[in-house]
Amino acid sequence: MSMQVPADFEAKIDAVILRYPVSKRSASLPLLHLWQERFGYISPYAIEWIAAKLELEPINILELVTFYPMFRQKPVGTCHIRVCRTLSCAMAGGYGLMKQLCEKTGIERPDHPDHHDPIAVSSDGKWSIEFVECLASCGTGPVCMVNDDFHEAVSPEKIGELVAHYEEK
Amino acid sequence: MVAPLQNPPHPKERRLLFANLARPDFTNDIACSLKHGGYEDLKKAIKMKPADITAEVKTGAVRGRGGAGFPCGVKWGFIRPDNTKPVYLICNADESEPGTFKDRYIIHQDPHQLIEGMVISCFAVNAKLAYIYIRGEFPEGAKILEKALDEARTKNFLGKDILGSGFDCEIYVHRGAGAYICGEETGLIESLEGKRPYPRIKPPYFPAALGLYMCPTIVNNVETLCHVKHIIKMGGAEYAKLGRPNNTGTRVLCVSGDVMKPGNFEVEVGAVTMGELINDMCGGLKPGRKLKAIIPGGSSAKVLRADERFKLKSKDADGNPVEKEIGIEDIVLDFDTLAAIGSMAGSGGVIIMDDSRDMVETLANLNEFYAHESCGQCTPCREGSLWMKKITARMVEGHGADSDTATLKSVADNIAGKTICAFGEACAWPTQSFVAKFREEFEAKSKPTAVAGDGHHDEPTESEIALAGVEQ
Repeated sequence: MSMQVPADFEAKIDAVILRYPVSKRSASLPLLHLWQERFGYISPYAIEWIAAKLELEPINILELVTFYPMFRQKPVGTCHIRVCRTLSCAMAGGYGLMKQLCEKTGIERPDHPDHHDPIAVSSDGKWSIEFVECLASCGTGPVCMVNDDFHEAVSPEKIGELVAHYEEK
Repeated sequence: MVAPLQNPPHPKERRLLFANLARPDFTNDIACSLKHGGYEDLKKAIKMKPADITAEVKTGAVRGRGGAGFPCGVKWGFIRPDNTKPVYLICNADESEPGTFKDRYIIHQDPHQLIEGMVISCFAVNAKLAYIYIRGEFPEGAKILEKALDEARTKNFLGKDILGSGFDCEIYVHRGAGAYICGEETGLIESLEGKRPYPRIKPPYFPAALGLYMCPTIVNNVETLCHVKHIIKMGGAEYAKLGRPNNTGTRVLCVSGDVMKPGNFEVEVGAVTMGELINDMCGGLKPGRKLKAIIPGGSSAKVLRADERFKLKSKDADGNPVEKEIGIEDIVLDFDTLAAIGSMAGSGGVIIMDDSRDMVETLANLNEFYAHESCGQCTPCREGSLWMKKITARMVEGHGADSDTATLKSVADNIAGKTICAFGEACAWPTQSFVAKFREEFEAKSKPTAVAGDGHHDEPTESEIALAGVEQ
């Protein structure tokens, strides 16, 4: 399970830890973010490595990964979509957006996904999707994110264009 | 990626915080900020005595804009004068109360306003280290803030010996990871310590006494910290003339749902009524639609029914108590009025629902949110939020049971007031208010309506019936 953590990555991590002069443990979330951005998901090795780096027990890191919705323990698609599910977006068509995005990207998503494993991935691994709770743009619903990009007022006629944009990437 | 606010200010608006946000010529870099008076108020504040800044903020009487509406200056004053521990300041940028979308715009379009407000606040409470806890779903916002902080450092608005004052202060960005409970200040602190964000019990863990790393800590909302800058600019007494007594300043109302023009509107607190907000500022309801319900202060605030009458107590010119009855459109949008009619101004998120909306479906949506976001620490909330979600979900699918309306009320009543943090109330209030005010819709769905024989009809379990009976 071991791997060589790239030197440039470790340097970045060391710099972030310095932002928490009182307690290194505070760097847990930032390190998990950095790891996930670089390697796509939090592997068992990541948990061991980050715990060792911060002089913690692995359970101290694992309990964060299982609590915070943004951390995942499996790879996702190259383009990961988060659709806002909460009230204002739902009233503006959030559920329809989810359905159409699934159709256009070929993702088969169950109506009631497992709470602990909410992400559906397309068979070619290009796309993945999940519902997330309020993305704080209630006035311009329905909204979604594709990777780190935010998209608002995604009306049905804009969905094709949105998917095509990322299809090329 | 976030489109600039297109609308010029409505005549009823009074933009302080959002003054630069609709301008096509305004960018979020420090050069533009400086050109438009950025950091002038820091230059003024850093020459003041910290206690005088706190006094100005107390005089300005700005109430916290994150949800609870607690006076900011009073919060600062809770740090003991004989304190010898380090003090920390945290900006709560975890904006995640459904219906609220103001901080996103400030962070994206005018980050230096926030940083300036933070440095002034740090100087006032003697915090040399501060964090901006920004929700994980704002990756671009986090990058913008990092860049803005770097720019502020190069200009010595941050770092060692700020503007020759001898005061050192550092601010770092800390990203959350998708958990609503991190907006609760003690949960936020736990999260910033690298733990699960289980809120702490108060007392003894009031952040101003035992906060981050068990040191005095001030946690303020993005909007509140921006107001500090404007209080310094205007002076506390002048600032307090905005709005109404005990409801001072401006605030950003975030309107979403069934109106023609949803969006953000910055108004003097209490300057507009609900009717003016909907009909004048938001362009009214959609054609042919009638108002049905309003959630006035973020999803946790108790819902208001369109045909409800509200009794308000006040005093006449001679000081005699008088009671007057008002309708939903007459509600003045300030902290005290919304509290007096049994709801709250909360985070400023106003969600409008017209007569096309099914109230059981609406509550089911919110219940799913709260069930997902309960941290699980306290049993009534962990079990109750999930239970309420299951009931409203099956009611929506046509598998309601006769006891459902009563069970919903009973479960909600058994969460509120019985948990460590206010999430208990936040998840109970929607159910309590929706069921009480739209009882007929809930009772109509409290019976199976789905096609018989599809195998999905959920009879309540024995334990559900037993628990529901506890309060009856």
